[in-house]
Amino acid sequence: MAEATKKKNLDGAPVIDFDKFRPTRSSENSRKRKDLFMTGLIGLAFVIACIPLVSVLWTTIVNGLKRLNLNFLSYNMTGVVGGNPTPSGGYGGVVHAIIGTLEITGGAMVISIPIGIMCAVYLVEYAHGGKLAMTISLLVDVMSGIPSIVAGLFAFSMFTIVFGPGTINGIEGSVALSLLMLPTVVKSCEEMLKIVPNDLREASLALGVTKQRTITKIVLRTALPGIVSGCILAIARVIGETAPLLMTAGYISSTNVNLFSGQMTTLPVFVYQEYSKLNANCPVHATSACVPTIPMERAWAAALVLIIIVLVLNLIGRLVAKVFAVKTER
Amino acid sequence: MSSQDTPVMQPAGGKTADKVFKGIAYACGILILVVLAAVFLFLFFRAWPLIGGDQSANSATISSFTGGKTNSFWGYVLPLLFGTVLVSILALLIAFFISIGIALFISHYAPKKIATGLSYVVDLLAAIPSVIYGLWGGLILVPAIYPFWNWVATYLGWIPLFAGPAANPQRTVATVAVVLAVMVLPIITSMSRDIFLQTPTLQQEAAYGLGATKWEMIKLAVIPFGKSGIVSASMLALGRALGETMAVLMILSPGLTYSIKLLQASQNQTIAANIAAQYPEANDLGVSTLIGTGLILFLITFVVNYAARKITEKASV
Repeated sequence: MAEATKKKNLDGAPVIDFDKFRPTRSSENSRKRKDLFMTGLIGLAFVIACIPLVSVLWTTIVNGLKRLNLNFLSYNMTGVVGGNPTPSGGYGGVVHAIIGTLEITGGAMVISIPIGIMCAVYLVEYAHGGKLAMTISLLVDVMSGIPSIVAGLFAFSMFTIVFGPGTINGIEGSVALSLLMLPTVVKSCEEMLKIVPNDLREASLALGVTKQRTITKIVLRTALPGIVSGCILAIARVIGETAPLLMTAGYISSTNVNLFSGQMTTLPVFVYQEYSKLNANCPVHATSACVPTIPMERAWAAALVLIIIVLVLNLIGRLVAKVFAVKTER
Repeated sequence: MSSQDTPVMQPAGGKTADKVFKGIAYACGILILVVLAAVFLFLFFRAWPLIGGDQSANSATISSFTGGKTNSFWGYVLPLLFGTVLVSILALLIAFFISIGIALFISHYAPKKIATGLSYVVDLLAAIPSVIYGLWGGLILVPAIYPFWNWVATYLGWIPLFAGPAANPQRTVATVAVVLAVMVLPIITSMSRDIFLQTPTLQQEAAYGLGATKWEMIKLAVIPFGKSGIVSASMLALGRALGETMAVLMILSPGLTYSIKLLQASQNQTIAANIAAQYPEANDLGVSTLIGTGLILFLITFVVNYAARKITEKASV
């Protein structure tokens, strides 16, 4: 105040009463309380989100370990009657489902990875932000939101119209999965191609190398780790899909290694089928070896196998991206 | 000098390869459009008997699906649509605030080292297959959540949404919404986290410089900046929830009404779960009917996703 009066004396400027703007203690406290409250809420939100994750992982591991053994991984479901043990001493297994999962996902990879990479090459290298490219880019985004069951219906309709009604085989499942996988592959490849430094392209073109060779030998080679990791994450996304495979690949209890004919079981479908069986029948005079709750235990064990596959794929994908990452200048 | 001969020969061979490669790249780009059109067309052709086929046979099929309740396609699909939208919006409501909270926690509250770890945890949540969420929901959550919903039905039963008595086992819309919320949570979290991290540092520091507390800074600088990102993330999450099949199929006890009694069993069903449930026993016409409902689901999710992407596009320009 003393300074203000001095200033007024000096050049006649109006007096500003700064005390008016000084925050009162009550408003200060309420702001602090609100801040603390929101910090608490935000921390709480995080804790709430951890509960389901921990619960899902914990219950799957605890329940899954009960039946997860070598026998479970090396037999299929043929000869399994009710809750009785099979001659091999186990209660049936998932080897047919693991084979089916690998083949169908492999088929989806073969279809969608080349198309996805070439589509990303088109978007980044050839179409320089033209109208068509913008539309394609937008539609790729939209495509990533297609419900998985619609992808299944699409593959089913296509195969019944083209190959006649009642067609159910592994490759039909692969087509459905590749529809879900394609947008993820395109998006991640596009991101990776975009961060390849332009100097490399220009240097290569300046040496008289054709565009095709520049792309295959320089651009794709540089972006390879990113592309590999993107593809692995895309596989991890589709390997757990159930709904499209229910109607396209079907369900059998024996092992089928032919992707192009006959029904095929995959792990997620196996989990679902065992879940919907609820209980197994045990005859009245059955011994204690007959386990009525065996379908649920098999479902949990198969779920554990599936979760391990998905998490390992995720881990590999992230490691590849991290270890072999292209160093770009910022 | 053979090494000099080869470069001379190269361009001729290189040019054809160049053209072929360019052609393939263009073809793959356009293939995306073709595939999307094919999805629509194949579904439409397979569902054609619904429109162009024998109408009395269609009515018979639909009334066998619904147990004689209705015999028109719209009478069949509208309750399903209502159920789908109800479940998805509830899931979104539950997930929205929690995921914004986590996103803020990761971007502005947690120390940097913990934040990267947390991002991994969120991605992990996204990687778990839906059938496992269904298994967990059906066997663990349904019995575990009953006391809570029962409490809600007893004390908040005067709200029509929570009208009791709470069903036991809780195979209801409320439980399904909780599981779907867990499933869409990582989508909203990771997208809004990314956009929160992009908030200009200058704006944040300006807010601090004016004496704002942390929460006031977030309200002044971070939220307005990330608004469109949050909206589009929520719409993407909505799209995901609309199309979710397995979790709903494995948890919900289905019904075909326009009821909003969340805590009672056999009230609603979603389109996707209905397709998966009815499909194995459906005859040829039945499959056409189901594909017709699938086509409607496809169009709705397409519109929702398209709108979400348009919003992001506008925001980033």
